[in-house]
Amino acid sequence: MRDRNTEDFVFEEEVYSMNEKIKKPVKSQVTFNKNRISRRIFLNNSAKHLFSLSTVFAMVVLGILLYQIVSGSIGWLDWQFLTSNLSIFPEKAGIKGAIIGTLFLMMIVIPVTLVLGVATAIYLEEYANEGRIQRLIKINISNLASVPSVIFGLLGLTVFSRMLSLGSSILAGGLTMSLLVLPIVVVAAQEALRSVPGFLREASYGMGADKWTTIWRVVLPVSIPGILTGAILAISRAIGETAPLVVLGIPTLIMKIPSGIMDDFTVMPIQIYYWTLDTVLTPEYAYLASATIVVLLVTLFVLNSVAIIIRNKFQKTF
Amino acid sequence: MDNNDIREIIQQNIKKKSHFSDRVMPKFFLFMALISVVITFGIVYTLIFDSIKFFSQVPIREVFSTNLSPLSREPSFGFLPLLNGTFLTTIIAMLVAVPVGMAAAIYLSQFASPRLRKVLKPVLEVLAGIPTIVYGFFAYSFVTPLLMRLIPSLGAKNVLSPGIVMGIMIIPMVASLSEDAMNAVPTIMKEGAMGLGSTRLETTTKVIIPASISGIVASIVLAVSRAIGETMIVTIASGSSKNFTFDITQSMQTMTAYIVEFTSGDAGSGTVGYYSLYAVGLILFVFTLGMNLIAQHIARKYREEY
Repeated sequence: MRDRNTEDFVFEEEVYSMNEKIKKPVKSQVTFNKNRISRRIFLNNSAKHLFSLSTVFAMVVLGILLYQIVSGSIGWLDWQFLTSNLSIFPEKAGIKGAIIGTLFLMMIVIPVTLVLGVATAIYLEEYANEGRIQRLIKINISNLASVPSVIFGLLGLTVFSRMLSLGSSILAGGLTMSLLVLPIVVVAAQEALRSVPGFLREASYGMGADKWTTIWRVVLPVSIPGILTGAILAISRAIGETAPLVVLGIPTLIMKIPSGIMDDFTVMPIQIYYWTLDTVLTPEYAYLASATIVVLLVTLFVLNSVAIIIRNKFQKTF
Repeated sequence: MDNNDIREIIQQNIKKKSHFSDRVMPKFFLFMALISVVITFGIVYTLIFDSIKFFSQVPIREVFSTNLSPLSREPSFGFLPLLNGTFLTTIIAMLVAVPVGMAAAIYLSQFASPRLRKVLKPVLEVLAGIPTIVYGFFAYSFVTPLLMRLIPSLGAKNVLSPGIVMGIMIIPMVASLSEDAMNAVPTIMKEGAMGLGSTRLETTTKVIIPASISGIVASIVLAVSRAIGETMIVTIASGSSKNFTFDITQSMQTMTAYIVEFTSGDAGSGTVGYYSLYAVGLILFVFTLGMNLIAQHIARKYREEY
């Protein structure tokens, strides 16, 4: 190996000297050129600043966004806003219905996505053999994740609202939303299951446990933090998603507080949407929208913090 | 006996035992896993089934015309205004997201110190976690008025403002996917370049980017797909004008906004207008799925193995 390397090197040297013979002698590339080096360093430094500026740009936009929304909500976001029903008078309007609607929606989304998502992940990681079915499911999930959310709305509209005649009820909305966030849970659960070390399984088998007992008693408990983190991320996506529910045709103004899963409902993003659209007629609605956004963002922030805490605190390393 | 022998015995024992649960559970989980496939087929089925009804009633020449007036007495379904609106917003978004996102990716992966990186990355992730409806509100109530001061002829609903905001929304996606690709380039190559006396910029442009170009291109393609499918920002800020124009200061409708407008309005089930939703949805689905498949193909086929 060493000899070949040397040969290569010599070869390159010859080419270089041949070139020199053919062309007119150029200044040697090796000479120490102070100007050239300082130019390169200058280029490097200016590029560095340009790159850092564009990173800062993103941060600044985030800052402006938060500032605008928080300053718009001041004076409007109070206890009365959180506990009142909707109203056509901006001063009296509140988002109690939207908050309860969101809670109801989660009562559907959480169990459906957890059961379906974890079961799919268990199949892919524990039971499936390398083969066509496994590949089909994997490709399918990665592509499902990229389908625009309006399309899920159309699916929900056709299948849940019309075929099963659930209308724009919480059940229809919840099922539609569950399908939308399913890939997030599947991918997170898969990663969690994969990170369970092999010796735990082998110890379980060695004790005489069968496969299902091993999964249920050993693998799943160890991977719960990872699964929970994924579930929380999925929930925060579902809480903030608007388009599928708008497509389901949720009515503009719902005065009634939902009391069961077959009732019509509204959620925070929908409320933001309608209030933003109506700012043309009633400028005060912009403040209501800002206040709702603050509530929504705080909810998401709390959820994500919980996810990070779970990930850092309970994730065992082996 | 070494470890492998024990493993073999374990495997044999697993095979020998045929508990009830070991016969039923795989089938149960396969059934659950196949539900996600059923969902996809459900999407494709509903889109194609109702699109066929649309295309059987509307001549294909009309679909490629620029006249879109679904609610008039003599409805016309030319989808070119929608395609035009979608592409203009996507292009504007990409003009914002690709340069800024790439620069952020290069900065985070090549220039920033590890400590700075630890602070900056979560902030970018926060930007990615904000619901799109919030960006829509931001575009409509802040960016549009701001741009109006610069461009007095700008309409209250226009394509420019949602395009820019959509680009900002996509920055974290481009940044984090490209950064992953750049970080996957082996350190040896980077150190080699720097050992030869390259500056960080030269290392980045001549070694890191060429080596990770497949991942970078894939991230851009995914970003385009995301922009095409984005709904709430354009619905709120770019309005519902169905004109065919290239003037980005004017209101235009995108495919996604058309679906939202039509479903939240009162298109009765069974009308041509109702089926047009599914035709637009099908076009949208084909575009985004195609983009996604292209991205996967690029990432897989052109990946350099080191």
